[in-house]
Amino acid sequence: MREHEIGPLPGIALPPDGLTQFRNECERLGSTCAEALRLEDVPREVASYLASKQLEPRVVLWHELASLDWAGAGIAIDDRPANGTDRVGVTGCFCAIAETGTVLLLSLPSRPKATALLPETHICIVSKMRLLDTMEEAFARIRNEVGEPPRATYFVSGPSRTADIEQTIVVGAHGPYRVHVVLVP
Amino acid sequence: MQVTSMFFKKTASMKLDDPVLQESLRKFKGKFVDARARAVAEVDAWETVRSHAARLRDHAIENLDAYLVEFERNATRRGATVHWAETAEEACEIVVGIAKANGVRKVTKSKSMVSEEINLNERLEAVGVQVVETDLGEYILQLANEPPSHIVAPAVHKTKEQVADLFVAAHHKPRLTDIAAMTREAREALREHFLTADMGISGSNFVIAETGTTLTVTNEGNADLVTTVPRIHCVITGIEKVIPTLEDFATLIRLLPRSATGQSIANYLTLTTGVKAPGETDGPEQMHIVLVDAGRTKFVGTDMQAMLRCIRCGACMNHCPVYQNVGGHAYGWVYPGPMGSVLTPTYVGIENAGDLPNAATFCGECAVVCPVKIPLPDLMRKLREKQFDRKLRPWGERLGLAAWSYAARRPSLYAALTKFAARFAAFLGGKERLIHRLPGLDGWTKGRDMPAPEGRTFRELYGERQRRKASSADERR
Repeated sequence: MREHEIGPLPGIALPPDGLTQFRNECERLGSTCAEALRLEDVPREVASYLASKQLEPRVVLWHELASLDWAGAGIAIDDRPANGTDRVGVTGCFCAIAETGTVLLLSLPSRPKATALLPETHICIVSKMRLLDTMEEAFARIRNEVGEPPRATYFVSGPSRTADIEQTIVVGAHGPYRVHVVLVP
Repeated sequence: MQVTSMFFKKTASMKLDDPVLQESLRKFKGKFVDARARAVAEVDAWETVRSHAARLRDHAIENLDAYLVEFERNATRRGATVHWAETAEEACEIVVGIAKANGVRKVTKSKSMVSEEINLNERLEAVGVQVVETDLGEYILQLANEPPSHIVAPAVHKTKEQVADLFVAAHHKPRLTDIAAMTREAREALREHFLTADMGISGSNFVIAETGTTLTVTNEGNADLVTTVPRIHCVITGIEKVIPTLEDFATLIRLLPRSATGQSIANYLTLTTGVKAPGETDGPEQMHIVLVDAGRTKFVGTDMQAMLRCIRCGACMNHCPVYQNVGGHAYGWVYPGPMGSVLTPTYVGIENAGDLPNAATFCGECAVVCPVKIPLPDLMRKLREKQFDRKLRPWGERLGLAAWSYAARRPSLYAALTKFAARFAAFLGGKERLIHRLPGLDGWTKGRDMPAPEGRTFRELYGERQRRKASSADERR
């Protein structure tokens, strides 16, 4: 059987500045990016994002994020997996990939996929410490930290879209209409 | 899907006369071509990545047995059940059996070309299971009761007016013609189905041997809902989709969306491995993976094997001048364009796919754009040879080729015949030097004139030139 041979990498896969590459690619895909100075500042950043989009300040989130001071930022939270009626879902991620402006999420009982998928807006918290250059690096990190891919290993690159009617791109097919990335140290 | 490839010529000329289809094709032409060209230009190592991908696909196909068994072992270890189907019929029986055993009443489906190959929807509906296609294009076609005409953009032949009419009939709501609003209406109609389905059926762009992983590549996110919400997930895919490692997937996914739609990456790449873990609120309790042969092993070990590298991006049809003008339905089976012209005759029998290997101008663009370097024109040429050998071409064509081959092996006869032909063609061209009607080949001259040759053959001109050269060399001496 083959070893984990890494194929040839295109120049874009090894960007001189991963963060700039990540932000540029996010923009191309229609994701928005913001930065919080500390994890504790995330609720305030989320509140201002929701206000700018005129969205209700109510989010469903992964349990590990519930301990942040959401009430202090004026946001009501639902600490449970998302269902079909939730409007905004907040999740973390396993890592992010600069080459393509992608966030990688892994399923766990405490990290339901539904929260990233069902709401119309997905807000994803990304640690800059976990910004990698390529998908190959992400797979190596999964091997190191998790062993093997969990049930769902999903790469999200921008909001859901379709071009099935006359090749006209429409954002918001079956998944989120908006993907907002909040970068933290 | 019923094979109607024998009627390619007839259907193609009908399609050329269909103003609505021609309007759709006019909008489609060039869009994917330009987008791909831009996306490829961004990757400076494109050719190197392409060669590596072709090699790794060859390696997987050459060791298909070992990697499939490794895949089965790992998928089983993670709680999935792997089924093997030698024929389309067997594949359907397996899926219908799973549905029956679990009391499945509703199935949501993300796009799967293999399920089109085997007529899965029909078979499920026959036992009372409601099947809902969830890719927007496939959903439109399900409402229209039509097969896809493109493997990536299945409803490319439909205009928005046609879609608007279908939505009025299905949703009983006021007619919309704004594409964004129509998409929203379909989203709302399908959301209910996503949340209430008992079983989700998806394809798998690749299956990864080292981890027992199946995967979906979509922009809409529909496959994510199909594989996450229902209590059963059934994957149906071809045996040739196996690749050894996660790294191989990383290489191939650099090529696939860029070649298909010109995107740097598809919005959702989802690797699914096994069933839900204890304590998980989403994910299926049962995962079934049906590995389908249905003609694929007919390629293995033959001079056509390179076709199994195919990663289903659709670049060959996007760039094909024949596809661009007649659309996908004329090809008469699931896979249109150059890839279909090679797959269909092999899967369903060369005797049932008459004109497909000839539905080409041999411009060679399909091979140039293929991300895994499949020599599509060469493969079509091989199929043409097989058709000739098996006497499947019309007698006139066979007679013509036999006569040509007889002459071509006899240089002096060949020279005499071409000498005559060149003079005759020059005579036909007259003063204008244009041939308006070619005797016996008037199809060629129906819509255009053929420029007449000057009257002497290449060999005559070349011989004359050589003699001139020799005599002037003599003079210099």
